[in-house]
Amino acid sequence: MTTQTPADQPIVHMQQVNKHFGSLHVLKDIELSVAPGEVVVIIGASGSGKSTLIRCINGLEEFQAGHIEVDGNALTPHGKSSKALQTIRTEVGMVFQQFNLFPHLSVRDNITLAPLKVRGVSRQQAASTAERLLERVGISDQADKYPSQLSGGQQQRVALARALAMEPRLMLFDEPTSALDPEMIGEVLDAMRELAREGMTMMIVTHEMGFAREVADRVVYIHGGEIVEQGPPATLFDSPQHDRTQSFLARVLKH
Amino acid sequence: MDLTFQFNWSAAFASIPYLLPGIPYTLLISFGGLAIGFFIGIFFGLLRISPLRWLRWPAIFYIEVFRGTPILVQVLFIFYGLPQLLGGPINALVAGIAAIAINSGAYISEIVRGGVQSIERGQREASLSLGLSRTQSFRYIIWPQAFRRMIPPLGNQGIISIKDTSLFSVIGVGELVRQGQIYIATTFTALEVYFMVALMYLAITWTLSLILRQLERRGLVGQ
Repeated sequence: MTTQTPADQPIVHMQQVNKHFGSLHVLKDIELSVAPGEVVVIIGASGSGKSTLIRCINGLEEFQAGHIEVDGNALTPHGKSSKALQTIRTEVGMVFQQFNLFPHLSVRDNITLAPLKVRGVSRQQAASTAERLLERVGISDQADKYPSQLSGGQQQRVALARALAMEPRLMLFDEPTSALDPEMIGEVLDAMRELAREGMTMMIVTHEMGFAREVADRVVYIHGGEIVEQGPPATLFDSPQHDRTQSFLARVLKH
Repeated sequence: MDLTFQFNWSAAFASIPYLLPGIPYTLLISFGGLAIGFFIGIFFGLLRISPLRWLRWPAIFYIEVFRGTPILVQVLFIFYGLPQLLGGPINALVAGIAAIAINSGAYISEIVRGGVQSIERGQREASLSLGLSRTQSFRYIIWPQAFRRMIPPLGNQGIISIKDTSLFSVIGVGELVRQGQIYIATTFTALEVYFMVALMYLAITWTLSLILRQLERRGLVGQ
């Protein structure tokens, strides 16, 4: 178990992070810190590197240069499966665009698997935690169903419960509503809003600008693999300083 | 000329008691060989998708050699060739089981590889992001899903291997075809006997197909 991070110390600290896909330079000198309890929303055009950025934090992508520290655990460039990475993954939850629920397991088993196998909690305790989390995301009566029997919005809320079952110190959201039908976006955003209100540290990649404005403590605009501008939502949305931010916002906020 | 008069049903039925003893051999060779081939297939199939080149290459070599040569040549090599190296004869039944094992193993390796690779990348990412180790991720998430998808092609391979055992009459194992040949040598009723032999293969392969179809209907196969 890691030592608790003092409140003033960032839970995520990225320094000079650089990543290449072959000749493509996808992340350029990323400097980003996230404080405990902070909600950071990352916006930018598709292909700007925003998903790659948060995927570096739990090692789903490796980076070539720089330094990432998550809750006191250091990730090194080209790092494969180090002990620090393993620790980070148990402490950091992630919600994916495509839900990535385990289709061969019931909703309950989706949620209890990692606590049972990674944390080593008892089956009874894992099951009661699952019940509580399902209730919290508003689908308490679906524990025995399989993912394919649920709507997209329900599946994504199960995915959220699955990540929360590990009691993460940080939650990463990679476009959590982009694969949903419009009428289901609200229920997922509600669950996330609730989580933010409870003080969870969150890094969210999203195209939902209204949600970003409402929930974020800080909005980060990324373009071409670089952080162009960041600040409180009111500042960034209402008076962006850079041309690129202005033209991006003009495009996405028009409709 | 009336063909129905040429097919002698009583000769066909008369052959049954002589053919039946071949069935246990056919079943033993095919299912014994397939059981071993299944483990060979898992082993080389997983090596085949290893990120490490020196693990991958032996698997590719094995698969290419035993998929790329006829099973008849393989069994002749084992039964007649290997004794020269070993200095002693090999039991024909053992040679038959070994031939099915190494031959089906090569195909099953590819079935295993295909099954594992067909699982979406997100499944692995989700399990790793929950803190599961690579081994746990494979055991609890990837393999159970891959195995379900592997059942139809495995059934296919089972049927092919059952039919392949008919070639082993050449090394003198008393399987179905061999029993038929011995019987025909004294009765000269080739038409009737080979017809019955074919029916018996059909009975075996159909039974297997039915079992597989039941598995599919119960939703144990696929997603």
